[in-house]
Amino acid sequence: MKVCRRSFLSLIIGGAAGTAFSPLPWKLIDDASIWTQNWPWTSVPEDGEVSHVNSVCTLCPGGCGITVRKVNNRAIKIEGMKGHPVNDGGICVLGVSGLQLLYGPTRVKTPLKRTGVRGEGKWKKISWDEAIAEVVKKLVSLRKEGKSHTVASISGSDRGTVAQLLGRFLTAYGSPNFIRTPSIQDSYELTAHLMQGGQDQVGFDAENSDFVLSFGSGLIEGWGSPVRMIKANSKWKERGKVVQIESRLSNTAAKADEWISINPGTEATLAFGIANVIIQESLYNTDFADNYSYGFEEFKQFVLSEFSPDDVAEITGVSSSTIESLAKNFAKASKPLAVCGRGKGETPGSLNEFIAVNALNALVGNINKKGGVWSVPDLDYIKWPEPEKDLVAENGMNKGRIDCAGSSKYPDTRYLLDRLPSAINSGEQYPIEALFVAGANPLYTMTDSKKVKEAFDKIPFVVSFSSYMDETAENADLILPNHVFLERYEDVPTPPGMQKPVISLSKPVVNPLFDTKHLGDVILLIAKSFGGKIADAFPWDNYEACLKETLGNDWDKLVDDGYLFHSNFRPAAWGNAFSNTPSKKFEFVNKGKAESVKIEGDEQSYPFILMPYDSMRLASGFIGDPPFAIKTVEDTVLKAKEIVVEINPRTARGFVEGGYAILSTPKGQAKVRVHYSDGVMPGIVAIPRGLGHTAYDDYLAGKGVNFNELIGLVEDPVSGLNAAWGIRAKLTRA
Amino acid sequence: MSTLDNKAEKNVEQVEATPSKQINDKDRKKGAWGIILMFFVIGLVASLAFGWLIFPELLYSQKKQPIDFNHALHVGAVEDGCESCHYFREDGSFSGVPKLAQCMDCHEEVQGENPEEARFVNEYVAKGNEVPWLVYSRQPDCVFFPHIAHVKMGKEDCSTCHGHIGESTHSRVYEENRLTGYSRDIWGKSMAGFKGNTWDRMKMDDCAECHAAVKTQAETTKTLPWPISWIPRPYEKPASSQVRINVQKEACFVCHK
Repeated sequence: MKVCRRSFLSLIIGGAAGTAFSPLPWKLIDDASIWTQNWPWTSVPEDGEVSHVNSVCTLCPGGCGITVRKVNNRAIKIEGMKGHPVNDGGICVLGVSGLQLLYGPTRVKTPLKRTGVRGEGKWKKISWDEAIAEVVKKLVSLRKEGKSHTVASISGSDRGTVAQLLGRFLTAYGSPNFIRTPSIQDSYELTAHLMQGGQDQVGFDAENSDFVLSFGSGLIEGWGSPVRMIKANSKWKERGKVVQIESRLSNTAAKADEWISINPGTEATLAFGIANVIIQESLYNTDFADNYSYGFEEFKQFVLSEFSPDDVAEITGVSSSTIESLAKNFAKASKPLAVCGRGKGETPGSLNEFIAVNALNALVGNINKKGGVWSVPDLDYIKWPEPEKDLVAENGMNKGRIDCAGSSKYPDTRYLLDRLPSAINSGEQYPIEALFVAGANPLYTMTDSKKVKEAFDKIPFVVSFSSYMDETAENADLILPNHVFLERYEDVPTPPGMQKPVISLSKPVVNPLFDTKHLGDVILLIAKSFGGKIADAFPWDNYEACLKETLGNDWDKLVDDGYLFHSNFRPAAWGNAFSNTPSKKFEFVNKGKAESVKIEGDEQSYPFILMPYDSMRLASGFIGDPPFAIKTVEDTVLKAKEIVVEINPRTARGFVEGGYAILSTPKGQAKVRVHYSDGVMPGIVAIPRGLGHTAYDDYLAGKGVNFNELIGLVEDPVSGLNAAWGIRAKLTRA
Repeated sequence: MSTLDNKAEKNVEQVEATPSKQINDKDRKKGAWGIILMFFVIGLVASLAFGWLIFPELLYSQKKQPIDFNHALHVGAVEDGCESCHYFREDGSFSGVPKLAQCMDCHEEVQGENPEEARFVNEYVAKGNEVPWLVYSRQPDCVFFPHIAHVKMGKEDCSTCHGHIGESTHSRVYEENRLTGYSRDIWGKSMAGFKGNTWDRMKMDDCAECHAAVKTQAETTKTLPWPISWIPRPYEKPASSQVRINVQKEACFVCHK
């Protein structure tokens, strides 16, 4: 027998035929296709019992109720809670992406201690006992040296039990330096304090208003409680009018009934100009002006003498006929409402502007009226006795705040975080030896990043309570990670701008995934380590017990419903609404001069004005955009990893659409791409906020430029708050 | 002489030699074909044997259930038949294989003599670990199968798809497809795809077979008497609990959402 080539081929052919008639190829093809569905990166939803947990979103101060759909123990989707007084079923792009902040890679999973140089990213995992001991050791030694006042704390909020516990600890420990992160809330609180008295929150009965005059507020771009305002905006479409005064065609402007482009920074002047027409034409509410206000005559003289429509037109670039018709329409509307605070309202503004706009509301008599501006008292459910202070604490508390809030220079301002870097850098008062950061990311959100970093570098001991590896956590010495919002209990009081008091309860949707600890519990543990009067100020076993006891009878309802809403709340009548002002009446105060805030930079070397703009798709607060959200950003805002600035084609000579340019300001420079937009006033360069993170995940870090690196601080002369709305800039070809 | 002449001479010799060799060559060729055919048959038989006998053994691994479960015993002890343990949740979704908590309703402590039960209580109940049951009927993730539509609305018996598993006294071996991770029950025991019973195979064609039959019954819509909150988006939760489901349209998305 001779085996030849043909035999071999025959064997192969026979094999092939046999294989074809066997199940092998057909079965393998079928299995292979199923196999491709099981690749590890193909996400497979959990299968099992579906349940829903009601909670509240605390990714921004908006306070929206959320319903989280769970399958077994896995949170699957965040939706707006139906019937919640703030958002009634609605949710924003950040809220809906919240699960990525729970399951995503940016979490800090255990307490960390820095081992390398600050910001180098070298960490050592430590236990909670070690972490707390470390903090206590530092605090005890500072107290021994009589330096308790050199401990400062930056908090995202000053309301609710967690923030109050932190503030209470500082008081009992002996530091006056509890500092809230700035926002328009500061400006509004101060305005209300000066004009209406007290420390009430300012609420807007926006849903019922029929004429909304917005001085640059991003009503549908995150201003106030974002989802609530978007819903209110839908109502205005049916029975209301919205006038947007802004130098750029924002989404709010585009959706408004009328868009008035104004020379940037002259909003206060326009408000006074409108007031001039209202007074001139006797369109103001005489009952309110005569019987319930103080200083109206003085205000009248001031407005009539200095803000004639022609003069105002000259300054603002809004024609006098427009000013007149605006004033008439505003005054003649049955429920007019004037609001201010630029964009999302994440930075405060000039007090002058807030006073001018609030004066407009007062002129038409819509203070505490349906569709107007309401004073909303804080729900005083936190009834803890004042902490007893020992001698050290007493001494520390008498040292005076490092940010000078409440000092003779800024007597009415409560927190001035923006002044902290200069206070530390200049070393005029005293150094800060230890800093605690909770619910805030100052290294990203504060203006003039370089100065902030410089100040941070001077603080020898920085503790971050962040759940995420954000810019501040990266530059801390110790990270004591808090549970994320879906893992913890927390009370969330009335969100900014809400007209009726509401408390919502944040509930754990899932059990903590990592070795994190509730900030409330951490504060209690630290306080208890001290013993003495500091420990006595915190009689609770743990945070949950504290919260339960504090909420008392409301606890059960909050657990069941998720919120407690005072739907029948009506603001005080004019007769007794202003009892906290010196005159017991609404005060037409005129603090400071009515000139527009001058921004940094000289016109010669910096011919453009750089202004930031906000978008719902870009989280610019202490939380960065999760991957879902950043994916929604258009390529006229962020092109691959490069930031795009908007510029009017008329001033864009020499630049190509989509081309590169170097954007420089007195504070810094950045390489940007240029996008032509007719919606931007000539001479203005508009830049998105919320980009340029160096921390968080690969989806966010290294994309675009942080606007805060390009802008400096412009202090409001009266309040000390940051009033910068832009900075002069120049564009050169790259 | 030129080289050309030499070549010509050789050619002549070769032509002369051919007739004498012809018969031998024929035999040889016959023999060669035989061998070639033999190799063909060897290849055919070997590959058939491999494909039909060895390949299934290689493809499937034999796994034992973590606990040998006696269905017959349990069905006898409960009142509601299959639904006593494999029940529908309030929202209409199907619970599937019971969780430990459910088993613990009865088996918090050892009840009988069976060593498997004792092992179950000691290893799982006492430690609070879920039993990693191997599910014979698990379909790939791309298949959306609502039990309620089939059992309650379609009035199908459990055994139509699951066979007489309720009468089994021991857990049979779970044959896991090494490539896909799913049970052999989906493709069926028969590699050729022959089936005697409705439950012998659960591939897409088997679903389609029944769906096509329903379609011809001229019933176009059915009304579900329960809420369907568990139907995933983009289906909005209906205002009422009544919803009409179109069973006539045999579109892909009936099962592949």
